[in-house]
Amino acid sequence: MTEKPIQPKKEEKAPASGQIRQALLVPALAVLTGLIIGAIIIIITNEKAATAYGNFFGDPLAALFASWEAVATAYGSLLVGSFGDPGKIINGLGILFSTGDSSKFIRALYPLSESLVTATPYIFAGLSVALGFRAGLFNVGAEGQLFIGTLASAFVGYSLVGLPWFIHLPLAILAGALGGALWGAIPGYLKAKTGAHEVVNTIMMNWIAFRLSDWLLNGPMKAPGFRPITPQIETSAELPRFFADPLRINWGFILALLAAYGVYWLLFKTTIGFEIRSVGLNPDAARYSGMSIVRNTVLVMALSGALSGLAGTAHVLGVDRWVGQGFSAGYGFDAIALALLGNSHPLGVVLAALLFGTLRSGATRMQSMAGIPIDIISIIQGLVIIFVAAPAIIRWLYRLRNIKSDTTVMVRGWGK
Amino acid sequence: MKTKTSFTRSRLIPGIVIIVTGLLIFLLFAINTQPQVTSRFGMNISASSEAIQIPDLVVPAQTGIYVLALVTVFFGAWQMARGIRSTGALIGIVAFSFVASFLIWATQGKSFNMVGMLSSSLVRATPIALAALCGVISERAAVVNIGIEGTMLLSAQAAVISATVSHNLYVGLVVAILTGGLVAAFHAFMVIRFKVNQIVSGVAINIFATGATSFISSRYLEKHTDLFNNSGTFPIISIPLLSKIPILGPVLFENSLVVYLTMLLVVVLQVVLFYTPWGLRTRAVGEHPKAADTLGIDVFFVRYVNVIIGGMIAGLGGAYFTIGSVGRFDEVMTAGKGFIGLAAMIFGKWNPVGAFTSSLIFGFTDSLQVKMQILGTPIPSEFLLMAPYIVTMIVLTGIVGRAMPPAADGEPYEKQ
Amino acid sequence: MPVLELKGITKAFPGVLANDHISLTLEDGEILALLGENGAGKTTLMNILYGLYKPDEGEILVRGKNADIHEPNDAIRCGIGMVHQHFMLIPVMTVTENVMLGIEPVKNGLFLDREKVARRIREISEQYGLEVDPNAYVKDLPVGTQQRVEIIKVLYRQADILILDEPTAVLTPQEVEGLFKILHTLVQKGKSIIFITHKLKEVMAIANRITVLRGGRSVGTVLPAEMNPEKLASLMVGRQVSLVVEKAEAKPQGMTLEVKDLFVRDDHGNLVVNNITFEVHAGEVLGIAGVQGNGQTELVYSLTGLLPSLSGTIHVAGKPIQNTSPRHILEQGVAHVPEDRQKHGLVLTFPIHDNMVLCTYYLAPFARGVVLQEQEILATSEKLAKQYDVRTPSVFVNAGTLSGGNQQKIIIAREFSRPIKLLIASQPTRGLDVGSIEYIHNRIIEKRDEGTAVLLISSELDEILALSDRIAVMYKGQFVDIVPAASVTKEYLGLLMAGIKPENAPAAPSGQRTIEVDL
Repeated sequence: MTEKPIQPKKEEKAPASGQIRQALLVPALAVLTGLIIGAIIIIITNEKAATAYGNFFGDPLAALFASWEAVATAYGSLLVGSFGDPGKIINGLGILFSTGDSSKFIRALYPLSESLVTATPYIFAGLSVALGFRAGLFNVGAEGQLFIGTLASAFVGYSLVGLPWFIHLPLAILAGALGGALWGAIPGYLKAKTGAHEVVNTIMMNWIAFRLSDWLLNGPMKAPGFRPITPQIETSAELPRFFADPLRINWGFILALLAAYGVYWLLFKTTIGFEIRSVGLNPDAARYSGMSIVRNTVLVMALSGALSGLAGTAHVLGVDRWVGQGFSAGYGFDAIALALLGNSHPLGVVLAALLFGTLRSGATRMQSMAGIPIDIISIIQGLVIIFVAAPAIIRWLYRLRNIKSDTTVMVRGWGK
Repeated sequence: MKTKTSFTRSRLIPGIVIIVTGLLIFLLFAINTQPQVTSRFGMNISASSEAIQIPDLVVPAQTGIYVLALVTVFFGAWQMARGIRSTGALIGIVAFSFVASFLIWATQGKSFNMVGMLSSSLVRATPIALAALCGVISERAAVVNIGIEGTMLLSAQAAVISATVSHNLYVGLVVAILTGGLVAAFHAFMVIRFKVNQIVSGVAINIFATGATSFISSRYLEKHTDLFNNSGTFPIISIPLLSKIPILGPVLFENSLVVYLTMLLVVVLQVVLFYTPWGLRTRAVGEHPKAADTLGIDVFFVRYVNVIIGGMIAGLGGAYFTIGSVGRFDEVMTAGKGFIGLAAMIFGKWNPVGAFTSSLIFGFTDSLQVKMQILGTPIPSEFLLMAPYIVTMIVLTGIVGRAMPPAADGEPYEKQ
Repeated sequence: MPVLELKGITKAFPGVLANDHISLTLEDGEILALLGENGAGKTTLMNILYGLYKPDEGEILVRGKNADIHEPNDAIRCGIGMVHQHFMLIPVMTVTENVMLGIEPVKNGLFLDREKVARRIREISEQYGLEVDPNAYVKDLPVGTQQRVEIIKVLYRQADILILDEPTAVLTPQEVEGLFKILHTLVQKGKSIIFITHKLKEVMAIANRITVLRGGRSVGTVLPAEMNPEKLASLMVGRQVSLVVEKAEAKPQGMTLEVKDLFVRDDHGNLVVNNITFEVHAGEVLGIAGVQGNGQTELVYSLTGLLPSLSGTIHVAGKPIQNTSPRHILEQGVAHVPEDRQKHGLVLTFPIHDNMVLCTYYLAPFARGVVLQEQEILATSEKLAKQYDVRTPSVFVNAGTLSGGNQQKIIIAREFSRPIKLLIASQPTRGLDVGSIEYIHNRIIEKRDEGTAVLLISSELDEILALSDRIAVMYKGQFVDIVPAASVTKEYLGLLMAGIKPENAPAAPSGQRTIEVDL
């Protein structure tokens, strides 16, 4: 027998503030590092900066200045794109107070509203992946589940006519959740019954969902006309918006926050969550103590799929109100980074989703203003995943000590 | 013994499945076939081929399908009554009958180039096989590399850019291989040095690769296609004499460099893995790293080398997509081939030859789907496009031939 | 000059000093026993010697010369070979492949030369009386033969210092005799051996000298002739140890567990439980003895619902439970102390309080509907931790941070505190220190006296003899015999464990007697 190291006995319930700082430090530094590397990429790919570096020894200041300018333009437009232009906001407020005309102010808030609008599907999809992680399942199929859920809810949204909103809206939401749940439950069932790895299967389900949606949008669900889009959903199925146009922030955001609380409650306060977490951390012990691995795996994948479905549902019912080809901006894939960044905890996921929601919506402006392709956000996300999953790198980079990393993510190998 | 019931049942169910398949052949294809119509299968790839021309195969459609349906039902009955020992043979017979009758049905009254399809099966199997070989060589050393998809994507882009810029396809090939090796080295470093969960690291690579290639695509390739993204492709090389053999000649011996390299790699890897010291050590490290360690084998070194070589193979696979087939890079052009490769690896029981053979099945499905679109069957093309993904999922269920992965697969090794 | 000298070896792990300035010498051609209970630091010391751990302090001298040992290769170069407690063999490879691994000879400059190695294995086999087929796959070999492969591996590397870590743990008494014979041959041919064990009688039988470790320190080196088991035990544990489990005669009542014609296949499709029939009465302990890997594990799994049975019936208190779910079986009043406590028994990353309710979390008072009642869970866990002597600062601590003994006590607390009719205890004291062993043994007997039926599975024959009222011996998936514990000898059980059932069993003198626990 190897001697088991005995941890020094100390009270595990550390002061809450310390705990929170510990929990936030690595993710925050991971995001920061991702942004720094993003800045480096911006500099490298900036023609002016590149030319200036060609003459670095001749005029080093010019090179540094060009770098600064490139990064400042890019990240500046990113910030304005996420939170709005402070000057315009203050100006709008002034007009609001002096004349009572709120239109300028509301218009200035548009970027902020867009950030929350983008964060909404992120919260749902992030929760979806996080819930899977808690059960030891890696749901890479959030994107496909989102597609199916969105189409299902859009179908209910436009095909049922004449229903009152309090029936039609819940029906459309339910359809979105069920569509996603179905798409998630299939790989879940295959995993539970045959051991087929959910990572590959959810990815296959993604591709099948993409093809299926191509067919649906070009065929059965196509609105009259040339473009492959669905008809506009009925007003009775719309998630109401809080403000007048152009602000698109709507009840979907509130639903997302409620879903986050719901997942938290389910995971940590109920017997169902107890089972899910046991299965995730030690499936052998879970089985030994009478929990059903099959039932939990299918349940979690279905719930996870439902959350992904809701991600698209909230967007289509609250924002777009019709579905066209390529309607998801990769929410399902970004969700993986969010779940990891949020340490698979609902609160963490919400924070991460707000962060990436603002980044993503700001990046749209960055693309048009600074000419930086929006894909830079995916690059940053890939990096953030690595840094969060390997806190050792962050610890090494920033010379940190004693950062405990309790990993909830447990993904297993093939067929085991 | 009372265990007899379960034996009978294990014979009965496959028997019923086979008979149902036979009936399906009858219902789906035989009924929908016109009498007196024939299906013509081309046995020459083209008139310009070096192979000796042989006559086409002409099958009376309805009779042919009836015969196949009867044969299938016969085998089902045989299975129920007596039991057929080899599951492989059983599945082979059923799959053959079903696919053959499907082809006869789809080709009725038309002509279908059989050899052309076999040839394109091999070509389409190539990237899948390379991904599978990458998986085999890494996982034999117990490192799961789910980032093959991303690795191939990055290599594909690197290949086309370097080949276009240097006006030399071989430069592109080398750059692709090096890129693959570099990405894999990163993966190895993450999972071995930092003990990052292997699947998380792989997914991060995939997300990063999608972002990075799209970023470069929209920043450079789209604007300056001729400067960066127009490389041309490797020519077809006919092997003298061998290419004259009917059917086999055009399929096996009229191919481009990447295809020949793939076939060579299959043989080399099979020999290395099972007949050389390095192979023995690799398998030992994959099965029981601690045992290997106690015998003085450097577990980490073996893993690094295998993962990096695997990455280089995936890099070759990436090169296939661009300089090996179309001569330019499109966003997300790997379309899940990396993951399908992993399924081929599992189906091929972690053996190079097995992985290659199962890649051929996927290649066949893929090429069948293309030819069916050309033939103009009533099945929507989107559904045909789903075929490879669905086959992958079926393969992963392990209904057909289940094998055990290397015992330590996916587990980090902790050296005290 | 000694062949090997360790001087002041020190090694600390987080929170525990595993080796505290340990020194020992190994003379040429002797068998040195390294005696100590679980957790005394024996394996750590040997892993340092073999280059698997780095010592914080101290030096190693081989034949008088300072040996720099940083990795196993260095140890192998110094002529040190180790037979690990958990065999370092690759099951899916042949004996030849296992032996050649790491120093593979090649032919044609590239390809493995299997024939050459096989020839050499045959030579070694003959020379030292280690019979084995070089072309057999390791997974097909019995445990005793696998151990021989391990010894051949060491000899193939021309080691002259052999370290054997708890080599008898997996052997029948007769196989132990065989191993001792091999060790004597090895010593005669000039090898020197370090024999690690916690079994007193083996030490007395085989060692030339005995070095005793306790709590990470060496407490002295003694000669077997000057010792007796009691003296050695108190040297090893540091206090007087009662070598006897006090228990009254069992008062068996009605039948609790009834198993009839049970057949079970393992995950690989092998028939590992082959027609077993037995019953356990309330208030008695039925011990199942046998060398590991003879189907005991799968028998327990099928009794607890973790593995389906092919056919046969299992009744608990009259109700059929075969092929029902683990939960259904638990609810019939079956408690299971699993063989692998870290794999099955605990969620190591859960706090103690969650582990305490792992089987009952969904029942009142721990849950109301689907809502967990945290206050109830905490209160109950704290009570149980106290009652069952789990040494921990609080119940919020993760189970994984506790010592093996305390982890096992969590499982005991959880399982024993439920209303149970049948207790299935599988290797309940494996790897534990003496204090925990005594504690758990007493609790099991206590449960028996309360009228619980106990099924005890252990590969430690002494544990079986100490606790059981009746003993079943399992061999290749079958019960060779079921005998009353009071009238059986260890030798007779040893024969049964090897699958031999002598026609005229040598009956031990009947009547009351006590059996020593070999620590």
